[in-house]
Amino acid sequence: MAINMRYVVDGSDFTTAGEASTAVKMKLKKLGIAPDIVRRVAIAMYEAEINMVIHAGGGVAEVELESDKIIIKLIDHGKGIADVDLAMREGYSTAPDAVRNLGFGAGMGLPNIKKYSDEMHIDTEVGKGTTVTIIINLQ
Amino acid sequence: MAEFHSVTLDFDKCRGCINCVKRCPTEAIRVKNGKAFIISERCIDCGECIRICPHHAKKAVYDKMSVIEGYEYRVALPAPSLYPQFNNLDSIDYVLDGLLRIGFDDVFEVAGAAELVSEMTRSMMKRSDCPKPLISNACPAIVKLIQVRFPKLLPHLHTLQPPVEVAARLARERAVKKSGLPADKIGVFFISPCPAKVTALRHPAGGERVVDGVLSISEVYMALLPEMKKIERPQAEQISGISGISWSYTGGEATALLLPHYLAADGIENSIKILDEIENDKLGGIDFVELDACFSGCVGGCLCIENPYIARTKVRYLRKYQPVTMSHLADYPGKEEKDFLFEDEVEYDPVLELASDPVKAMEIMLQIEEIEKKLPGIDCASCGSPTCACFAQDVATGKAELNDCVFLMKKELEGKLSGKEQNDGKATV
Repeated sequence: MAINMRYVVDGSDFTTAGEASTAVKMKLKKLGIAPDIVRRVAIAMYEAEINMVIHAGGGVAEVELESDKIIIKLIDHGKGIADVDLAMREGYSTAPDAVRNLGFGAGMGLPNIKKYSDEMHIDTEVGKGTTVTIIINLQ
Repeated sequence: MAEFHSVTLDFDKCRGCINCVKRCPTEAIRVKNGKAFIISERCIDCGECIRICPHHAKKAVYDKMSVIEGYEYRVALPAPSLYPQFNNLDSIDYVLDGLLRIGFDDVFEVAGAAELVSEMTRSMMKRSDCPKPLISNACPAIVKLIQVRFPKLLPHLHTLQPPVEVAARLARERAVKKSGLPADKIGVFFISPCPAKVTALRHPAGGERVVDGVLSISEVYMALLPEMKKIERPQAEQISGISGISWSYTGGEATALLLPHYLAADGIENSIKILDEIENDKLGGIDFVELDACFSGCVGGCLCIENPYIARTKVRYLRKYQPVTMSHLADYPGKEEKDFLFEDEVEYDPVLELASDPVKAMEIMLQIEEIEKKLPGIDCASCGSPTCACFAQDVATGKAELNDCVFLMKKELEGKLSGKEQNDGKATV
């Protein structure tokens, strides 16, 4: 048994970024998932959602909830990540100044996702897009 | 056993419209068989339904003034939001004196106790074990909201009793000394701006009841007004200054902490949004968070009379020549912080969970999704549930029938009718 959720993340609007992770958070609370895990999912997914808006012009968030884990895939068709190791470094950011002025793009997005997830995969190709997969165990 | 709620329904006045159903921030109201009903465990007593009901079918239950007659010595605890209900008030002393004229033997200002709470909070926040941000517990509707929806934030809730409880304890001790009567002959009564405080004080989360009754500002106001006009020189003396009186509106509690990094917000939706941000670690650098369910804070409570914005203006006028603070912990020898700490932690109340068993909860959620696909998604609430998503959940949990949806019924009827027409057509050929 698994529950699937799918959200389109609008890349043109900063103010609505985070709606998908908020919706997922509410569903997990309804399912009685432990508050600690709900919080980790919400933070990791929010960071990834924001990343998609900043760097890739939006995309799709697919969430699959299984009995023992939650798998979150954020799929975009943006410019891709040239150097994943560099991107994973705390404080490293390629966000434009306009975005930084809004308080985003501090270079903590990917490191935070890693910190709050049990597993994280980045599948990326320059010019084609990126899929970030976040896995958080429910136990 | 059904829990007590101040917010109740007048069955005869209810016409079964959906105004309250749509407004309720916790989706706690449904219309069934032409009448609204409140799902008790979801209600946070915010009073939104009372404000919106065009037929005045939603009411707050509180104690009538006559309740004080059952006690030999009666103490009034006026909320700071009582003061700005009056026009052209130069001094709080008139209100306090008025209370002594309408049947009370003593008055203990909650605004004075609020100053003590601010003083103790300031020193607690200097300590390293104080959670950041510390979230105020003065609004009981917000405490209930955190309890049902934000369990991760429970450790951030303030552990000090709110001003009304501090006032009640100090007032009772003073009354015993002053009157020489045994404690059970003394009645302590809070004059409340809202139903949430009525509920919280009648059935406190900590278990111990500190007041003997909760009156409403609106009713006490009516009794006070004619008496206050007779006062030439008030005898009573206030024990609160600017910082205590300012607790009556949003931001008053937070500014009294004299900290640069605080956040004060009003309205349930804004509060939910901010709690979400704190839960997601998005609100760094904030030391204190004050949230009020009512717009403008306590002056916006639905047991108040004056418009909240006019009331705020009156508070500013009233504060003009006041000292900053008039009550200090040092005025109460032997009293210290630990005398006013809650003994028990506030616990998570998982009323939003679909089932206690996660597998069962998942099954229900899958059912909900299937049902939702059939619904029009226009959230018209004609079925009696606030949204299509909520209706789907009600159907999946056996609390509603799918054919309560008027759109599905219409479709079904149209299908039957066109089928009949075809049959009729065949019959005539």
